[in-house]
Amino acid sequence: MIKLHPPKFRLEALAVWRRNALVWKRLMAASLLLHFGEPLLYLIGIGYGLGRFVGEIDGIPYFTFLASGFIAWSAMNVASMESMWSVYTRMVPQQTYEAILATPATVDDIVMGELLWCGTKSLVSGSAILAVAAMLGAVHDWTAIFTLPVIFLTGLCFAAPGLIVTAYAKAYENFNFYMTLVMTPMFILCGVWYPITTLPEPVQMVVEFLPLTHAISIIRPIVVGAPVENLAVHLGALLLFGATCTWIAVALIRRRLVQ
Amino acid sequence: MDNQRPNRPTVHCESIEKHFGDLRAVDRLSFDIKTQSCFGILGPNGAGKTTTLRMLLGQSPRSGGVLEIFGKDINVDLKSIRQKTGIVPQADNLDPDFTVAENLSIYGSYFRLSQKRLVSRIPELLEMVQLSDRADCRISTLSGGMQRRLTLARALVNDPELLVLDEPTTGLDPQARHMIWSLVHQMKRSGKTILLTTHYMEEAERLCDELIIIDHGRLLAQGSPVDLIKQHCETDVVEIRGDAALAITRDLPESFRCDRSGDSLYIYSSDTSRLLEWTESLQGLTSLHRKTGLEDVFLRLTGRGLR
Repeated sequence: MIKLHPPKFRLEALAVWRRNALVWKRLMAASLLLHFGEPLLYLIGIGYGLGRFVGEIDGIPYFTFLASGFIAWSAMNVASMESMWSVYTRMVPQQTYEAILATPATVDDIVMGELLWCGTKSLVSGSAILAVAAMLGAVHDWTAIFTLPVIFLTGLCFAAPGLIVTAYAKAYENFNFYMTLVMTPMFILCGVWYPITTLPEPVQMVVEFLPLTHAISIIRPIVVGAPVENLAVHLGALLLFGATCTWIAVALIRRRLVQ
Repeated sequence: MDNQRPNRPTVHCESIEKHFGDLRAVDRLSFDIKTQSCFGILGPNGAGKTTTLRMLLGQSPRSGGVLEIFGKDINVDLKSIRQKTGIVPQADNLDPDFTVAENLSIYGSYFRLSQKRLVSRIPELLEMVQLSDRADCRISTLSGGMQRRLTLARALVNDPELLVLDEPTTGLDPQARHMIWSLVHQMKRSGKTILLTTHYMEEAERLCDELIIIDHGRLLAQGSPVDLIKQHCETDVVEIRGDAALAITRDLPESFRCDRSGDSLYIYSSDTSRLLEWTESLQGLTSLHRKTGLEDVFLRLTGRGLR
């Protein structure tokens, strides 16, 4: 029995978001170290190291090319991890949702709150990389801050399929399938490291449909300070993908939590 | 307005049902819970107590029947019903990421209670469950009894009209159990309606004004503890233990009812003097005479077999 009515956004979702934010605040130092430290190492190590041989791609210094790709990738990565491992922890071992469902908050509020929280974490992580890149001189202009709403949207887009996986998960190990079969291929193929035009044509056609490709297509030109081509198409693709997955995720988690 | 129907029960169930595939976990159960009373649902493990509660709370959609709380259908008015309900679940699910006081404040935020109101309410609640000195401790440092008390305080954060307790004292030591009982009494005096499931008969006898006994999802008996004992059981029982006990069943007077459990015999009768006289005639057997209680009713109705 699956209930397909679309989710409603209510203020109780913010209480769920706030709960997660308060837990995060307590562990903030460790979290920020991760968010700043990792990209710093990657960008310096790979961006400078490899950048010397690569030079420029499509007129963009490799360091900047890579930094903008990392921003989108990290939005995907952080939201996926949170929506799988952390949500599963709250849903199964900690029974946090069971407690919340004894209050006026509903499953929809929980899912909406978690989505917002995943988007927020992506935003934190993406901004950290942007800041690191700016410090290292890879960002063209202050207009790069317009990437922030796109980073948030990218987080939402990837949190939703993560929640779908979690709705079916019976153990943490189940997430490895999604990691290996979905996330890693996108990390490699969607234009984080090189332009997708270098891929064989059939592969390119598939890759053009993947959400990370669209996220990078918007974020990279903004970081560089160039106009975004086909903005409506990329934005529309992200919104459509995110909204569809959210709808499915809500229906599946309703079924899992209310029997 | 609520006072249009002053005698309306807080909870009204009519033939509620729950099916899981072919299994009928709850089968046409009907009962009312009077406002400001303490109502108990008793039954062996797997009888359908928790499923019934989950349906009442809208945590599990019912397969059939009419169910109203505060005169409203839970499928329609879930939010407003929850706003006035407090729930103590069977297993503690306190938030391990927060301290004692934070657990109450976070939980209050799901009811959209203002932080200002919570700041004054939380110390009161902690005082009531005697956890004031633990306000800043993490959940993992609390004993089982303390966690249960905190769960009870958490259920009261919204000052509910209906308090639902699912096996509130299971696994607690006698001290902690008495503490919970006195808190429930306090809640009752303050005018809350209480719904409780338990399989401790002593708990039900102490706390409940009215109770139902269910098994296999069906209603077996309903009434006050005293009435149930009167209706379903003799007044006295003699318990006889030991290997030789089983041999005496042969020449048992006909008016006595005999029940067996393990190596113990239970001889029931409402003729106290005759029962005692007969007991004295037994040589060399350990026997114990007592008034019958809810446990005898419970075992008579649900059988002595293990589940």
